[in-house]
Amino acid sequence: MTNHWVDIKNTDLVLIMGGNAAEAHPCGFKWVTEAKAHRKARLIVVDPRFTRSAAVSDFYAPIRAGTDIAFLGGVINYLLTNDRIHHEYVKHYTDMSFLVKDEFSFANGLFSGYDPETRKYDRSSWGYQIGADGYAVTDPALQHPRCVYQLMKAHYSRYTPEMVSTVCGTPQDAFLKVCEAIAETAAADRTMTIMYALGWTQHSVGSQMIRTGAMVQLLLGNIGVAGGGMNALRGHSNIQGLTDLGLLANLLPGYLTLAGDAEQDYQAYIAKRASKPLRPGQLSYWQNYAKFHVSLMKAWFGDAASASNDWCYDWLPKMDKGYDLLDVFEDMGQGKVNGYVCQGFNPLGSAPCKVKVSNSLSKLKFLVIIDPLATETSEFWQNHGEYNDVDPAKIQTEVFRLPSTCFAEEDGSLINSGRWLQWHWKAAEPPGEARSDQEIMAGLFLRIRALYEKEGGAFPEPILNLTWKHRIPAFPSPEELAKEFSGKALKDLTDPKDPGKVLVKAGEQLSAFAELRDDGSTSSGCWLFAGCWSEKGNLMARRDNADPFGIGQTLNWAYSWPANRRILYNRASCDPSGKPYDPTRKLIAWDAGAGKWGGADVPDFKIDSAPEEGMNPFIMNPEGVARFFAVDKMAEGPFPEHYEPFETPLAENPLSPQNPAVLSSPAARVFKDDWATFGKPDKFPYVGTTYRLTEHFHFWTKHARLNAILQPEQFVEIGEELAKEKGIRAGDHVRVRSNRGHIVAVAVVTRRLMTLDVAGRKTHTVGVPLHWGFMGLAKNGYLTNTLTPFVGDGNTQTPEFKAFLVDVEKV
Amino acid sequence: MQVTRRQFFRICAAGVGSSSLAALGFAPGEALAEVRAFKLARATETRNTCPYCSVGCGLLMYSLGDTSKNVRGRIFHIEGDPDHPVNRGTLCPKGAGLLDFVQSPNRLQHPEYRAPGSKAWTRISWDEAFDRIARLMKDDRDANFIARNAKGETVNRWTSTGFLAASASSNETGYLTHKVVRSMGVLGFDNQARV
Repeated sequence: MTNHWVDIKNTDLVLIMGGNAAEAHPCGFKWVTEAKAHRKARLIVVDPRFTRSAAVSDFYAPIRAGTDIAFLGGVINYLLTNDRIHHEYVKHYTDMSFLVKDEFSFANGLFSGYDPETRKYDRSSWGYQIGADGYAVTDPALQHPRCVYQLMKAHYSRYTPEMVSTVCGTPQDAFLKVCEAIAETAAADRTMTIMYALGWTQHSVGSQMIRTGAMVQLLLGNIGVAGGGMNALRGHSNIQGLTDLGLLANLLPGYLTLAGDAEQDYQAYIAKRASKPLRPGQLSYWQNYAKFHVSLMKAWFGDAASASNDWCYDWLPKMDKGYDLLDVFEDMGQGKVNGYVCQGFNPLGSAPCKVKVSNSLSKLKFLVIIDPLATETSEFWQNHGEYNDVDPAKIQTEVFRLPSTCFAEEDGSLINSGRWLQWHWKAAEPPGEARSDQEIMAGLFLRIRALYEKEGGAFPEPILNLTWKHRIPAFPSPEELAKEFSGKALKDLTDPKDPGKVLVKAGEQLSAFAELRDDGSTSSGCWLFAGCWSEKGNLMARRDNADPFGIGQTLNWAYSWPANRRILYNRASCDPSGKPYDPTRKLIAWDAGAGKWGGADVPDFKIDSAPEEGMNPFIMNPEGVARFFAVDKMAEGPFPEHYEPFETPLAENPLSPQNPAVLSSPAARVFKDDWATFGKPDKFPYVGTTYRLTEHFHFWTKHARLNAILQPEQFVEIGEELAKEKGIRAGDHVRVRSNRGHIVAVAVVTRRLMTLDVAGRKTHTVGVPLHWGFMGLAKNGYLTNTLTPFVGDGNTQTPEFKAFLVDVEKV
Repeated sequence: MQVTRRQFFRICAAGVGSSSLAALGFAPGEALAEVRAFKLARATETRNTCPYCSVGCGLLMYSLGDTSKNVRGRIFHIEGDPDHPVNRGTLCPKGAGLLDFVQSPNRLQHPEYRAPGSKAWTRISWDEAFDRIARLMKDDRDANFIARNAKGETVNRWTSTGFLAASASSNETGYLTHKVVRSMGVLGFDNQARV
């Protein structure tokens, strides 16, 4: 979230799209209720299903799963055509005026630089025109035909209300009603929040869906303000933290990135990431990359990391290709992976195309499961009848199952969607011999290290030199680890302007990432969290819920990254002269007397940069402004374009009907053998989509008796019209098939799923809740991901769980 | 109307809300005998956060059992933390069932091992598990570690073993896991955020 849960109360309009907060995030949704009750805010829900969020909305618009870019592209077209945008904000705080290279183009559904062989773009034409002074060229009048404003206007002119209705199946009048409500928030004293979740991420064009939403918000001036923002409702309790800590194939902690094979030179690696400003007077905060990186290397490798060995740059693995979850399961299926460890992750249930995942796991030599619960993955080799029909004798994988603690049996911090690092405390001992994840990781690491000490082996240096300064080496404590990632001074840190003055003494905890240095004198395992455990103590454990400014900014409750800031980009809540756009929702303002920014939040800005200096609010971007034109950052192109899901009921993309190559995303990665696993609408005519229920959480709560009682048996939702066509009555058992497998479940016949008119034909949707499996206290069922396709978003490789094709029949 | 404390409880048990009675002035008189002590009164109260979705609701967990050598603490009640700025004491149907997650009969109790081709688990000790897994990992790493690619560039990666991290483990666990996994050169490394 750019904002946070409580801040939703400050909004005028809530758009829930690609999520269903009332059921999936019920206690957060209460702030929507609060805004409705006390601010007369309106709630609009756009969803394939009439969800419980929709049930309490002021307006609901149905949409076909997987077509959100078409819908939001239509909103952009509406706002630009009718000139319902926040002019000053857009002019000063976005890239609207930037001129784009002449070589950049868009035709036939493709941007310039496409190579159909590799299904990748050469992105070199996707950039700004750079002037002789080294800065991007702009046209503040927004008249130049190559400026972002003009290019964007032309691009989205194709997204007419008629086109939106054709693609999405949303009735035109419903679409226009949504546009009108959204457009009202272009006023400086009105705002909208967008709440989305996995309903946007889990598509082959999921990242671009989210971008389109962000573009709508930027046009309206709704980013950086109280009650506004792009609010990702993360799926699990610490998905945010584990992402921030970089537990993803290509990342290091704090969104630092691993290098590719070609990046052999350390200085070049840093220079590429330490972006210089693209406009005069801009901060371009990533210029500090080296400080973050060196401090990380000092945290991991201690004295072994020095300037003379480029801070152990060679010790980090280099990337030659993707190593995301889908990629690893592909390699595993080809016999290229021998060992796999699943720590609190149940891929047999959570990864797409169960049959492929199961076959891949069967090729492993060893699989290690670390989990509090008996997961399906841990028994992928066991025959569980129709739900997991395998022959154990044929599966040669050695499997270890190690019991771990759960939340109630450990201390530590989790990060909620609002970026709050909240500390929690242990209340009981774990059952049996279960151990904490930290003890388990230590147990494995210390034994492996001992083997390398004794026997030597392949490149032992990083293992032998990994810092491990724990009082009890076999049990690194949460306190020690939190202090390590927050960071400390390794030497006395002196004031660069006055070398005699010591700012932080050697050994002291740092209070902010601004104190980090690139000379090896500081250590911080995650720069983004720096200061969460300072000399003042554990700020994540703070429990003062006072809200002195009355707008829900509890600055002394827990700790929010970065720098305890609660609302990102909050400088943009003020006009260029530093005055709040809406004084009734003031976050920060320029205090000329004091010569600094201040207010109800920690300013997301250089604290003493006066408005006259012309620094812009998006300080992480080298431009200083937000980007409508994504330059070379996105796989599919600089402007989001609608592409159909990989399994679509349509024969052509209505936006580019002449080009069959752009039916679905031309830049999504599809493994060779997976093309044949995609179904076609002649055999699988209905759109399938998966989701959560109010009463269950993923595959966990079927192990909890209360939840197993609340929702005991697997079901699917079918619209009344489809049920009638198929002769299915509520309570019948039905078989839902995709080209990859089938599930059997009880039919819930409902008006919640409507039949839509898409491109002139009726389109039915089948809803498939995801919570059942062959382990647990609820009635056994099929893993939903038996049905889903093995393809992901072109940028993140997040699987396309939300739109695929199925057939349904009465059993 | 005069009511004794017992009568007051009886009235409440008959279905009339005690708070509205008290508001009308029908407060009970002096207690004649103690009926039953609240269970929570002698419980230990511990603050936590919900491990399910990302709202991060505050929890109060109540447990019995002191820290005596032969006593195992046991949580018997979990409810929303009224001090928490987001959930203000509430929990959803998922969070309301947390006690049954903590005490689920499907909680794993001890390390187990399934041999190749076997149809069953066997119980093993932690030492056996760690020793065997460490051996498997080191042998695989030593056999397949790639120090240099075909072009002779230094790449120091280990791609024949992968690691999936969690979705609800703490930052402290996540940080330690990342540090250990990358020190070995693993690239096939993701957490649940990927899906």
